[in-house]
Amino acid sequence: MPLDQSFVGRSYPPTEPYEVGREKIREFAEAVGDTHPAYRDQEAAKALGHPDVIAPPTFVFSITFRAAGQVVEDPQLGLDYTRVVHGDQRFVYTRPVRAGDRLQVTSTIETIKSLAGNDILDIRGEVHDEAGEHVVTAWTKLVARAAGEG
Amino acid sequence: MTAKIAYDDVEVGTELPAQTFPVTRATLVRYAGASGDFNPIHWNEKFAKEVGLPDVIAHGMFTMAEAIRVVIDWTGDPGAVVEYGVRFTKPVVVPNDDEGAVIEVGGKVAAKLDDNTVRVDLTATSGGQKVLGMSRALVRLA
Repeated sequence: MPLDQSFVGRSYPPTEPYEVGREKIREFAEAVGDTHPAYRDQEAAKALGHPDVIAPPTFVFSITFRAAGQVVEDPQLGLDYTRVVHGDQRFVYTRPVRAGDRLQVTSTIETIKSLAGNDILDIRGEVHDEAGEHVVTAWTKLVARAAGEG
Repeated sequence: MTAKIAYDDVEVGTELPAQTFPVTRATLVRYAGASGDFNPIHWNEKFAKEVGLPDVIAHGMFTMAEAIRVVIDWTGDPGAVVEYGVRFTKPVVVPNDDEGAVIEVGGKVAAKLDDNTVRVDLTATSGGQKVLGMSRALVRLA
């Protein structure tokens, strides 16, 4: 059954703050093999104009995707997560995520489409810091493949 | 933000140095731990095949993280990336052997925009297949 269009525009309450740890940034940078010093050396980050070590651009996905769980697991929406694949991903940054940030995510369902039995869901995650300033917005397109297909 | 490439020194068509990124099962286990994405399609061959995949596949977000490294290494500042988006077109299949898979990434300046910003179009392939589509970054240069 196609997802209920009346969920378009629905926003979920902001998540509890996620505190960005410098060792978590280092661990993530190592996992993607990116050796840039701005991820682990505060002086190197400062030399580039950042107040503290910064995170690789895609680091924030771990936080926004966890927040999108509110949407994905909303029983009223009824998305079958076992059929979901990640279609598109986009980030628009006001500034890089950095160590010490306490980030909150507000997730909104932007669009719901049904195409050839597939449910397509666009979720926007707005990420703000403790001061309420915008840091990054993440758009995640999820595709729930038609039941009975592969 | 201090990119080491100057806006005035690039033109539409300027190519970024291409790079290749190896991916093994160990890479995926490490990425799962660092990112918190423990979906078994990224480490459990039996599970992956049961859901119709040819083998274990890399996290799409891992591929996305590798592709932007071409831009980061070019500008010298990860904070110079102001926008980045991809479409996941094909999975990166990672066999359980010593070699694993390789992701090949190239990039080209596609447009010069306002505010010292350029649009870089990226290509990413693995095993001859295009694994990312519409892969674009906006980057603020010096």
